[in-house]
Amino acid sequence: MGLTITEKILSKHAGREVKAGELCIVSVDGCMATDTTAPLAIKSFKEMGGVSLHDKNKFHLIIDHAAPAPNERIANLHQLMREFADEQGANLFDIGSGICHQVMVDNRKVKPGDVFIGADSHTPTCGALNAFACGVGSTDLAAIMLTGKIWLKVPHTIKVKLNGTLPMNISGKDLALFVCKHLTISGATYQAVEYDGSAVQQLNLSQRMALCNMSAELGAKTGLVNPIGLKLPYSFSPVFADEKATYSKIIDLNVGNLKPQLAIPDSPDDVHEVMQFNGTKITYAFLGSCTNGRLDDLKTAAKILKGKHIAKGVRLVIAPASRQVLMDALADGTIQTLIAAGGTIINSGCGPCVGTHEGVPGDGEVVISSANRNFKGRMGNPNAKIYLGSPETVAMSALYGCITAP
Amino acid sequence: MIYGSTHIYGDNIDTDRIIAGKYTKTLDISSLATHVMEDLDPSFHKKFVKGDIIVAGDNFGCGSSREQAPMALKAVGVSCVISKFFARIFFRNAINIGLPVLEIPGHDIQEGDVLEIYFEQGKVFNKTKSKTYNATQLSGVMMNIVKEGGLVNYLKKYKTYQI
Repeated sequence: MGLTITEKILSKHAGREVKAGELCIVSVDGCMATDTTAPLAIKSFKEMGGVSLHDKNKFHLIIDHAAPAPNERIANLHQLMREFADEQGANLFDIGSGICHQVMVDNRKVKPGDVFIGADSHTPTCGALNAFACGVGSTDLAAIMLTGKIWLKVPHTIKVKLNGTLPMNISGKDLALFVCKHLTISGATYQAVEYDGSAVQQLNLSQRMALCNMSAELGAKTGLVNPIGLKLPYSFSPVFADEKATYSKIIDLNVGNLKPQLAIPDSPDDVHEVMQFNGTKITYAFLGSCTNGRLDDLKTAAKILKGKHIAKGVRLVIAPASRQVLMDALADGTIQTLIAAGGTIINSGCGPCVGTHEGVPGDGEVVISSANRNFKGRMGNPNAKIYLGSPETVAMSALYGCITAP
Repeated sequence: MIYGSTHIYGDNIDTDRIIAGKYTKTLDISSLATHVMEDLDPSFHKKFVKGDIIVAGDNFGCGSSREQAPMALKAVGVSCVISKFFARIFFRNAINIGLPVLEIPGHDIQEGDVLEIYFEQGKVFNKTKSKTYNATQLSGVMMNIVKEGGLVNYLKKYKTYQI
């Protein structure tokens, strides 16, 4: 009998060997909350009798969901976060820092083997770093702020093996959408997903993050990647699954001939090949989000749009995932190319993905987005339709004014 | 005992449809009640009576980690949510804030059925159908959080987690 990556990481943090199905209390290496979840977490922390954070160095506040503040109500919540960070001496990543998951990776706040808990459902993004990264709500987060610990039921693990040599026009996002199609929006509920296989080993960190990010759309507690092939800018000890680890399910998918994937309104698991929807008119393209707002995503789009201009009647809104991404994309000319092609660069952060500001679609509009959710009303208007695709698909669609397979 | 009439919703009701992202950034909990279920069921406020029960199919509360979703339901006066199974973050959030939630796999509850719910025992009696359902047992730690009325009270009392 062996252990999965999740069982190994949780065992180390529980101080005893734990297996799927067991309840355990684990120490937390890092946790974070955003401007959607932090105000309630701070309120709960105080109501619990919290005076000072269990460990201020392990707690991070990120203002990313509605940043800069679009109205006085949100401005006051941001103030509350800043005051709390000041009072506690905690890390605050203010407006423009970027999306929490990317900020944590850029600033090395999450590392291989860690238990990392975020009050944001896309926290599994950091599973790409070989960490157990799991999303919770505000009050669970407040409890970590107070105790440094969380209770968890050790999840069973589904192994998803993606095999084959990835075609040139296929990215981590296409793989994520393809897995959503197979597992469905509830297919990994309460479970961990371990991604493995020859196609996954070819992915760089950014593409692995896109894949793990959408584990949230499977209902998973976390998503992790076999660390073979993982390259980080520092040395680390990878956590591998044992050969004889027990999985609740092993899914083998050949992606050697995969075609670009598209989730159609209104669910991220309603996935088809992009070419089936070629020609569907769009007026709004969004490139960004915690799924696909990284440097290589922007560069991919810039490569397609270089020297060209987006179609008449189309808006292309681009939100770099973090300040670091924005600076890197400025340094190598990517941003200039995207602007010259007609793109509009907005602040590093969640942008229009959460429907609060910075580009709410109008009634009847059709949006192609590189984000992760297309639920009704997701971008702030229930009368808009959202299609989800890779950065390649978004750029091609912006260029031609209709959904276009790369 | 919880007693009320039911409103039925389908599978995979996501948190965006329970409370849209544009309304979540607030500490004014009553304002959440105004917009709860807005994009899912525009007639919700017309038919909902305080104390009524929400009954769903699979995977209720999928999507975002926003605790505002169970808070909005609690604020409008939902007495209990029953689903065949819940999305995990929503389930934890609901228990943590003291909104009763029960998983009843394979239930056949229909719109307007009147239920008597014995939450801590995990028993539901459908008065309309004269039928009893057993809910999935909560884990020990969750039951203790329920008994204290939520995680805030639990930690006020115990200071740390106990399993």
